Amino acid sequence: MSTTDTPEKRHDLAAGLETAVGRSLANVDLVSGVRRLSGGASQETWSFDAIAGTHSHPLILRRAPGGTTNNKRDTAVPLATEAALIQLAEQQGVPVPPITVVLKDEDGLGDGFIMERIEGETIARKILRDAEYADARPKLARQCGEILAKIHAVPRGDIPDIQVSPARSEIDKYRDIYASMKHPHPVFELAFRYLEDNLPTDENLTLVHGDFRNGNLMIGPDGVRAVLDWELAHVGDPMEDLGWICVNSWRFGEIDNPVGGFGSREDMFAGYEAAGGAPVDPERVKYWEVLGTLKWGIMCMIMVSAFSSGMDRSVERAAIGRRSSETEIDLLNLLAPRKA
Amino acid sequence: MQDQPAAHDLVTAVREFLEKVAMPKLEGHDAFHARVAANALAIVERELAIAPMDNAAELTRLTGLLGHDGDLVELNEELCAEIRAGRMTLETPHLADHLWATTLTKLSIDQPRYAAYKRAIESTASLDA
Repeated sequence: MSTTDTPEKRHDLAAGLETAVGRSLANVDLVSGVRRLSGGASQETWSFDAIAGTHSHPLILRRAPGGTTNNKRDTAVPLATEAALIQLAEQQGVPVPPITVVLKDEDGLGDGFIMERIEGETIARKILRDAEYADARPKLARQCGEILAKIHAVPRGDIPDIQVSPARSEIDKYRDIYASMKHPHPVFELAFRYLEDNLPTDENLTLVHGDFRNGNLMIGPDGVRAVLDWELAHVGDPMEDLGWICVNSWRFGEIDNPVGGFGSREDMFAGYEAAGGAPVDPERVKYWEVLGTLKWGIMCMIMVSAFSSGMDRSVERAAIGRRSSETEIDLLNLLAPRKA
Repeated sequence: MQDQPAAHDLVTAVREFLEKVAMPKLEGHDAFHARVAANALAIVERELAIAPMDNAAELTRLTGLLGHDGDLVELNEELCAEIRAGRMTLETPHLADHLWATTLTKLSIDQPRYAAYKRAIESTASLDA
């Protein structure tokens, strides 16, 4: 990723950042410490500081890859919409990185936005094991429930134009992808059958974060500091978010703590209801845990097809296909648990 | 019939070269990818050791469940169609046991350190005891 990160490009970037932050922050003299944190097919993340006199504003740039515009992201929301969603969530009291400014064409940085840099940890294994977070861990499940209730309380009329995807369309989407792989998975068929037979009919659709899990939460010793990565947000069944954070893949080995590897479902549900969320039906949450587990299993298969097609010949890409079976044992534990 | 060493032992030799000779000389991304490569070879080693016997057992179970012969791919596709259509369910005798046995074989090859797999193996051992 460092091949495109030349000193010249960093200079252009700094100039564009100064223009952009100048619209929001007073008396910015310069930006410094520009460095790339991550880059993927759908977005880049950069860290920098805006210096105003003796004050330094720690900031994050999130933009389209390579500073492009009108970047078509399959299921992801456009970056300007992502910024709008973060602001809507903030109004409900959701901890988020406050948006400093949304990029404009004249900034020359492509599509994206700048937000405040929150200090904390996102690496799930550290959050689950480091002593620094020992006091936070018992509180996290309840906090996650409270936060999700607030996300789901965003008034429907305020939500920008984003995909509406209740269970029916989620199932159809992943059924099509699975069918195109032409490799039989009897356990996935069992899961699809369960999802068809138990399809929710009374869906009360809300804003759904779409990727609310351990790994996308900024955690400090005091608990959840910010909810990150809103690019998969959509309008859907709110129980999707409660189910997704329970998917075993996001417990990182701590399998007896269903919520993110750190807490119990009961704590999360109690927090959700106490913060104004609708009463939780555990069976409905389980439904979305099954769908989420199946979805991750099929996503592992998609990565193999990227390898087979020659798009990405890395060993990493190839080997992830052999993680699909992890989701099969998780699905069996959910659907056909063995007698102890 | 091939000569010695067996495929399994050749793969082991390559994995050990990666782990003991190449990886200590690499850093950053290259070290990470070498680790991924060594893990991928470990999957191949386990598959060469486990799959012949366990896949034969899977074929026997599938033949029993579906009532006729076929190869692994054909019978698995047929089983998928039966489950999809709702003709075979968890109430079908031996289906759940078959799916568990097949899945445990996959995990024993792909990710034997996966926590849910280790838990399942422990409980199998205690059931057998």
